[in-house]
Amino acid sequence: MSLFGEVPQATPVAVFKLSNDFKEDPNPMKVNLGVGAYRTDEGQPWVLPVVKKVEKIIVADNSLNHEYLPILGLPEFRSSASKIALGEDSPAIQENRVGAVQCLGGTGALKMGAEFLRRWYNGNDNMKTPVYVSAPTWENHNSVFANAGFEDVRPYKYWDAEKRGLDLAGFLGDLETAPKHSIFVLHACAHNPTGTDPTHVEWMQVAEVMKRRKLFVFFDSAYQGFASGCLDKDAWAVRYFVTQGFEMFCAQSFSKNFGLYNERVGNLTIVARDADNVRRVLSQMEKIVRVNWSNPPSQGARLVAITLNTAELFAEWKDNVKTMADRVLLMRASLQAKLQVLGTPGTWDHITQQIGMFSFTGLNPKQVEYMIKERSIYLMASGRINMCGLTTKNIDYVAESIHETVVNVQ
Amino acid sequence: MQVCDLLSWWSEVQMGPPDPILGVSEAYKRDTNSKKINLGVGAYRDDQGKPYVLSCVRKAEAQIAAKKLDKEYLAIGGLGDFTKACAKLALGDDNEVIKSGRNITVQTISGTGSLRIGANFLSRFHTEARDVYLPKPSWGNHTPIFKDAGMQLKAYTYYDPKTCGFDFQGALNDISKIPEKSVIMLHACAHNPTGVDPRPEQWKEIADLKRNLLVFFDMAYQGFASGDIDRDAWAVRYFIEQGHNIVLSQSFAKNMGLYGERVGGFTVVCKDAEEANRVESQLKILIRPIYSNPPMNGARIAATILNTPDLYKEWLGEVHGMANRIITMRELLVANLKKEGSTRNWKHVIDQIGMFCFTGLKPEQVERLTKEFSVYMTKDGRISMAGVTSGNVGYLAQGIHAVTK
Repeated sequence: MSLFGEVPQATPVAVFKLSNDFKEDPNPMKVNLGVGAYRTDEGQPWVLPVVKKVEKIIVADNSLNHEYLPILGLPEFRSSASKIALGEDSPAIQENRVGAVQCLGGTGALKMGAEFLRRWYNGNDNMKTPVYVSAPTWENHNSVFANAGFEDVRPYKYWDAEKRGLDLAGFLGDLETAPKHSIFVLHACAHNPTGTDPTHVEWMQVAEVMKRRKLFVFFDSAYQGFASGCLDKDAWAVRYFVTQGFEMFCAQSFSKNFGLYNERVGNLTIVARDADNVRRVLSQMEKIVRVNWSNPPSQGARLVAITLNTAELFAEWKDNVKTMADRVLLMRASLQAKLQVLGTPGTWDHITQQIGMFSFTGLNPKQVEYMIKERSIYLMASGRINMCGLTTKNIDYVAESIHETVVNVQ
Repeated sequence: MQVCDLLSWWSEVQMGPPDPILGVSEAYKRDTNSKKINLGVGAYRDDQGKPYVLSCVRKAEAQIAAKKLDKEYLAIGGLGDFTKACAKLALGDDNEVIKSGRNITVQTISGTGSLRIGANFLSRFHTEARDVYLPKPSWGNHTPIFKDAGMQLKAYTYYDPKTCGFDFQGALNDISKIPEKSVIMLHACAHNPTGVDPRPEQWKEIADLKRNLLVFFDMAYQGFASGDIDRDAWAVRYFIEQGHNIVLSQSFAKNMGLYGERVGGFTVVCKDAEEANRVESQLKILIRPIYSNPPMNGARIAATILNTPDLYKEWLGEVHGMANRIITMRELLVANLKKEGSTRNWKHVIDQIGMFCFTGLKPEQVERLTKEFSVYMTKDGRISMAGVTSGNVGYLAQGIHAVTK
């Protein structure tokens, strides 16, 4: 009898299963519009030129070693990463009330933030504080907070399927009725999976309610620079909330904007009332880090720190980011134009109105299944496509496939 | 800037207690005595007291750089080339477990990450027993890891302060009383913090004693203890041979010097391949909400070394070299203590193995050693042999003799 005899087979994580199925598909026309990673116009992964440069610098530097980083991570990474989110001249930074924890990617940053909040926010070890995530949201948000111990993870209205845009009234309504002190996970830009972001005015309305009702602001910033091509533009919401005096968390990922997916480079930026609060918060973060991974991996953080802290490399990086963002914008425009030319039923403006890597096409599960089975075009059951999977070579095939699907499958 | 609330969310957050080991290093840094020695450090140092990047690691890095690989996400369970080699290293190339596919090995965030995944897995699926039995003493971080995962901590006798050695009878007595199905943590080799390991015949008796405990091996020093990777893995392999389906944590921090790259593995030895499949699927579910998938760099380096014959050979030589330097320092320390005129029995310094040595010094003696000689170590009398060099061993012996005569 095995101790693990009763362990059930778990259902695979959807997005990885999709990639697996794509791999095994023999159809030469197949297109993978699933996993959220950037692809070039040749459909290839892209190691940023600036990353290649900095890697060479690191390999050549014999003074570097593989010693443990401090528990909270590489100091020069943490501070420069926070500056990226908050802005160099952020009043919060100048007032010395910003702290940071280097984490294992954006996921790790969310995890650390969630663990801290469960232990120290709204009482001690209060598992009942509601955590609100957008409907829909990145599916792992639910698991991260649930696994940190939160018993009440709920959706807030966000996506309006009918009008294919933001359900602002629903969003504000949920903010008004949420129990006080509830935690809200906000997407800083390039909402995953809908690609639909609030406008500045809409963000201001959100902030007003959150301030009045004492709700906790937890930003998830996985696409800074990647959405509009401009770092500052993409950080507008985060910085606005800082000017409004919020204490908040911002989970940052450098997976997409640095193309460092597998090096797991993330940063949890903490904005607090003052330096003393930051100090105590960080001391408790150390305890949490220690029982999860002791200290974070050095390679990716080094790479990012060198880049952000060296003027020419920083400029080159911003340029690389813009290259990626521009290609995505081009694909959006092309797809929308082609669908228009084909006369595909429905409206397709949302494709160019949405922003970032993803687009919520509006295709329903049956239509998605058709796309996969009949056309070997792989996308999530939600209708989410990764714009990076589109290239000048496959965009006609994809447009025609969407057209055929919409016409034949309801 | 508007202040939306005068009070902070964090007013009630207490200052976390300072880390005892970090405190040692901080104090060491502040000391201006040119003869100061840091024996708190849990990382290998060469005979100049400097960090040591293995030559095989540099070669592997150069090879990897030349390949121009992409940076796409790894699978949740990590790099396949790494996990396969990791399991082979621990269990032996020809191990029946690997051949039959009844192990699942996932890449983890070094040893800590591996222990945490293991703790989470046991907490979720090993519901018949909540107790984890640690040797007394054990690595300080074991307790908070298992606690945070929801397990209960208990202890079994291990270290004998009278002999500075293994309390074999005490251990057998305690282990025989452990309730069935409880989890027992065993340090595979180079026990941390004592450096005291059971002898093979003692391991045999332990393995035979209680058949129905869930054995959790922590192997953070394979190769680093005796200098021989097979010898250091002997206990792990013996237990498996005897029919224990163990769980195992491995770290490559010390034996490959990859500390900051966070390279580790977690293995569950299952009944068969089908069970291994189910267990794997659940491990992935556990990993995803913590960090999604593991970091590539260190695993790639380790895999390259393990899978490239001349690099592997070079690595074995370098590990042997590191272990040898430690063993030499142990011998030198004892020789120097005798030279100083110490009449105490220091045999345990040589009998103990691995990076750490439980000297037997009492807290007051440790305090004097630090205050009067600028020798920094933890209050429990533990020293990191890695901090000892041929340049400072004489001075260290002087200090130890002075506080113990």
